[in-house]
Amino acid sequence: MEVTLITGRTVAQGEEMEKGKIGEGFKRACAVVELDPEDMSKLGVHEGDEVRVETGVGEVVVVAKKSRDAPHPGVAFMPMGPWANAVVGEGTASTGMPPFKGIKAKLSPAKGERVLSAEELVARVYGRE
Amino acid sequence: MRYTDVICSFCGTLCDDIEVVVEDNRIVDVKHACRIGTAKFLSSNELEHRLLKPMVRKNGKLVETSLDEALDRAAGILKSAIKPLLYGWSSTSCEAQSAGIELAEELGGVIDATVTVCHGPSVLAVHDAGYPGCTLGEVKNRADLVIYWGSNPMHGHPRHLSRYSIFPRGYFRERGQSDRELVVVDVRKTDTAKIANRFIKVNYGEDYELISALRKVVNGGELREESVAGVPRKEIIELAEKMMNCQFGVLFFGMGLTQSYGRHRNIDNAICLVRDLNVHTKFVMQPMRGHYNVVGFSEVLGWQAGFPYAVDFGRGFAWYNPGETTANDVLQRGECDAALVIASDPVSHFPRKSVEHLAKIPLVAIDIHPTPTTQIADVVIPSAIAGIEVEGTAYRMDSVPLRLRKIKEPPEGVLSDEEIMRRLLARVRGAESGVQELEVRAR
Repeated sequence: MEVTLITGRTVAQGEEMEKGKIGEGFKRACAVVELDPEDMSKLGVHEGDEVRVETGVGEVVVVAKKSRDAPHPGVAFMPMGPWANAVVGEGTASTGMPPFKGIKAKLSPAKGERVLSAEELVARVYGRE
Repeated sequence: MRYTDVICSFCGTLCDDIEVVVEDNRIVDVKHACRIGTAKFLSSNELEHRLLKPMVRKNGKLVETSLDEALDRAAGILKSAIKPLLYGWSSTSCEAQSAGIELAEELGGVIDATVTVCHGPSVLAVHDAGYPGCTLGEVKNRADLVIYWGSNPMHGHPRHLSRYSIFPRGYFRERGQSDRELVVVDVRKTDTAKIANRFIKVNYGEDYELISALRKVVNGGELREESVAGVPRKEIIELAEKMMNCQFGVLFFGMGLTQSYGRHRNIDNAICLVRDLNVHTKFVMQPMRGHYNVVGFSEVLGWQAGFPYAVDFGRGFAWYNPGETTANDVLQRGECDAALVIASDPVSHFPRKSVEHLAKIPLVAIDIHPTPTTQIADVVIPSAIAGIEVEGTAYRMDSVPLRLRKIKEPPEGVLSDEEIMRRLLARVRGAESGVQELEVRAR
């Protein structure tokens, strides 16, 4: 399913960030994608199921969450963090600002696949531990 | 010991009414702060979540070391680089920023702050169209129409509405919320939108069109389209009339405008809308600045180098060209050959392409917590928390400077960001012995 992906701050993301970014809480707050309930039915995923998010630059597996800000069909939201930024596109259109919002992304169900922790994700994507 | 009127060093709202109780150098109670602010105060206790010892990478692993060795290696990395990038700065004091800018100039490096990924486009628009702003005190005392556009303060700035914009009683707004109207423009019905008097749902990436339609109505034109950017004509005309007929209107805007399609052009158009509205009434605007001292960085860099962010000292003088000298462009072109990151976590918050280069070059990270950035760094230096463990100056989002207070001691041996910058500067200048040229690790 094709969606427009936007990324940004949430209060839970901010709270976990200030507690220190290593640990389960940070992953619970940020390794998620908030979806319109209708989009979830079309995609065949339920709250808590794993979803693969793919863009031109990469892919990441995160947990589906029913949006409390619906309806916004065709728009998906991910809290800012290493999971979202693994799929944010290149370039800044000569403004210095990367395209953190409005990314064309493809979603597919990935039930049962493991969601990586921040440490694992960084080690896997950037090859450093 | 109970401290009152403590300033919270999390977001640009810089709440200055926090009460904190400290016992045996531990924070045991925090009053008035939001969820994020409370987490920040309490996190200073959780030593297992803190960085406490300097570390350097040896044989591919980060190992604990002495502060002197960490500083020597950091200075070595920076000195042997041709074009180091010095990034972060928004979550520390102006004093640390000032020393850091001196360091960047000494090194001939590029210095940039998180401005670059929040309101950098707003700065570009202000260069073009000016800045009809005000202080938050004026909003509290005067505003009867408050608009949040592409901004969700219930999550990003949880006390902004209760301290400055909607709920407080003001000099001319004695009944507080009853004397004000809240309008939210966003692509989702956010938690801020849910409590608004009116929510305008705009199509993603069409903010510019909606602002243009509002300007057309404000300037007396006839709107022929049935709807613009997904908003029906009737709603646009009503909003424009509401804006023209208020006594004191304020437009708070956020990443929904600066990070979406159009970027600085969205802000440029919004500034023009506010200018047009001032023909009819008093209207101002204010960017919702994120980190607590992101404004301070632009102020300090402004008076030391003449520009608000993204300055390249490589030519021997300050060169400012956003799109070229901005951190993500420098990284994505693979131009910098070393980096120092302070009080920020670009490995979490920069796009993949930028981080891929950051992971290839020698990296010095200075922070209070372990983060994905300290995870990939070659030198890690722990620092004390400004506003909790050290004093300093910070600028609120409306450019009002406030003095951060010290309410407890930092962990043993942990220095302030300013002191770390001063010691690095001394080593880079060769004033202290023991500077080692580091062999740059080939990766």
